[in-house]
Amino acid sequence: MTSVGRLPWPGLWLMLALLMVGAVYLLAGLGPRADVVLPLRATRLAGMVVLGVAIAVATVLFQTVSRNRILTPQIMGVDALYILLQTGLVLVLGPVGFATLPVAGKFTLELVVMVLAALALFGTLLGRGSQDVARMILTGVILGILLRSLANLIARLMDPNAFAVVQAESVVSLTRLDAGLLPFAAAVTGLAAGLAVWLAPRLDVAALGRETAVALGLRHDGLVMLALALVAVLVAVATALVGPLTFLGLIVVALARPLAGSARHLPLLITASVLAVLMLVAGQLVFERVLRLQSALPAVLEGAGGVAFLWLLLKGRIR
Amino acid sequence: MIAVSDVHHHIGQAQILRDITLTLPAGKITALIGPNGAGKSTLLSLVARLTPLQQGQITVAGLDVQRAPSRELARTMAILPQNVAVFSRLRVRELVAFGRWPHHQGRPGPQDAAKVAAALHDMGLDDLSHRFLDQLSGGQRQRAHLAMALAQDTPWLLLDEPLAALDMAHARALMQTLARLRDSGKSIVMVLHEVNYAAAWADHVVALKAGRVLAHGTPETVFAPDVLGALYDTRLRVIRQDGRPLVLHHL
Repeated sequence: MTSVGRLPWPGLWLMLALLMVGAVYLLAGLGPRADVVLPLRATRLAGMVVLGVAIAVATVLFQTVSRNRILTPQIMGVDALYILLQTGLVLVLGPVGFATLPVAGKFTLELVVMVLAALALFGTLLGRGSQDVARMILTGVILGILLRSLANLIARLMDPNAFAVVQAESVVSLTRLDAGLLPFAAAVTGLAAGLAVWLAPRLDVAALGRETAVALGLRHDGLVMLALALVAVLVAVATALVGPLTFLGLIVVALARPLAGSARHLPLLITASVLAVLMLVAGQLVFERVLRLQSALPAVLEGAGGVAFLWLLLKGRIR
Repeated sequence: MIAVSDVHHHIGQAQILRDITLTLPAGKITALIGPNGAGKSTLLSLVARLTPLQQGQITVAGLDVQRAPSRELARTMAILPQNVAVFSRLRVRELVAFGRWPHHQGRPGPQDAAKVAAALHDMGLDDLSHRFLDQLSGGQRQRAHLAMALAQDTPWLLLDEPLAALDMAHARALMQTLARLRDSGKSIVMVLHEVNYAAAWADHVVALKAGRVLAHGTPETVFAPDVLGALYDTRLRVIRQDGRPLVLHHL
């Protein structure tokens, strides 16, 4: 078994690069108001760490249980489920009621509903009958469109104020990181990622296919359900923090697989997480400090991610 | 022994198995034979608990396959399913090492490494052990999966068409390995399409047709021309070669 102590060199280099980029992001050009700027930067950096880990771990788990390397929870509509939930809350409570909900209570409720809904929707799709990959992808994509359309329809029925709140929740922005939400998001992501690391050897067995995994004594269907619950929680965290990011997980995990140096899940989870955070922090550094742009990073990451993914696919690096 | 009692199985409206009750002896090579769609793979899959049992009961070495703990079953029987597709990009040695999972649950020891090396050797994979699975031919991949089942080192070995992708030399070598394992006390149940391998190597044969047991017993009992003729609905001759039945069906 690969252990953390035997991390492949690319993973170690990525970690060193992340430490350096993180230090530059925090400390470069602080100016005379360091007492104000430093906490702001630290909050944003912490947010990007949580976001990167959540997206990377969710994508690795989802690709293993769906046995497909071009699927992400976002492509299958898990984030659309979260947006629909938000829209429903705004509809029921109104924009003021929604905005004044206690952060911890609202977030906990959303996580519980997300897990239950994701298990009901995707558990059936990815459970015992998941051998037909084409049908599964098609169903997932249609499900994603359906959930987004439903959220859109509800939003259009609202008054302009409520509609504006829903729109703000649906647009991706790294600058809208909610500092009040961050401690809860970090705790939940830490727990979920820790559980994923603990499950890593079992995920290695699950990747052999359901029949082989069952033959080896793995309780496969239970593992799939647990992994899906973790995916739902992590996607909810990521979407709550910055909005729906479709392609970041896809590109990060596709790039992490060759870098991890092993098909095992432990190095893959670590490499993908470090790479995701590195891409977010380095990208934000360039856009914020060099190009003086505040909100273009998600769009560029998504665009570049899509192009790089296509390149990998055409080069046959993704199997 | 494996005891199958009153097993029925259907997929949608199609009845795949009807009222199957039989025992498969321990310490023997048992071959499941029959025409396409007879229910051989379904029966093996039910015994291997890869498919949930709809009706009846199956026990393997006294363990109820529906109720016994997964790990205990995995230490009792190793299974080679019909279609195996691995999601991860693994080397042959890594795949075979997974056979030890039921024993070490992620913490392999020196004894596990020895079992993996022996399984690789038995399947003639020493030179290919560092190759990725996607760099192998279909037959080589089949041998890698067989090696994983052997590395599991269980009293029972369940194989669904293990010869399907193997050439004559490797098929014969596999049957010799299985005979050696049988002589060392292991029990083997295998689905075979080529009846002459069953005739030459099996100790016990179960003939299935349309979801029912048409005949079972020694090869001499099952490989009677009238039984085989009724089983496959085709013309054939059975002669004896080196004291075993030999079916001539290409005439």
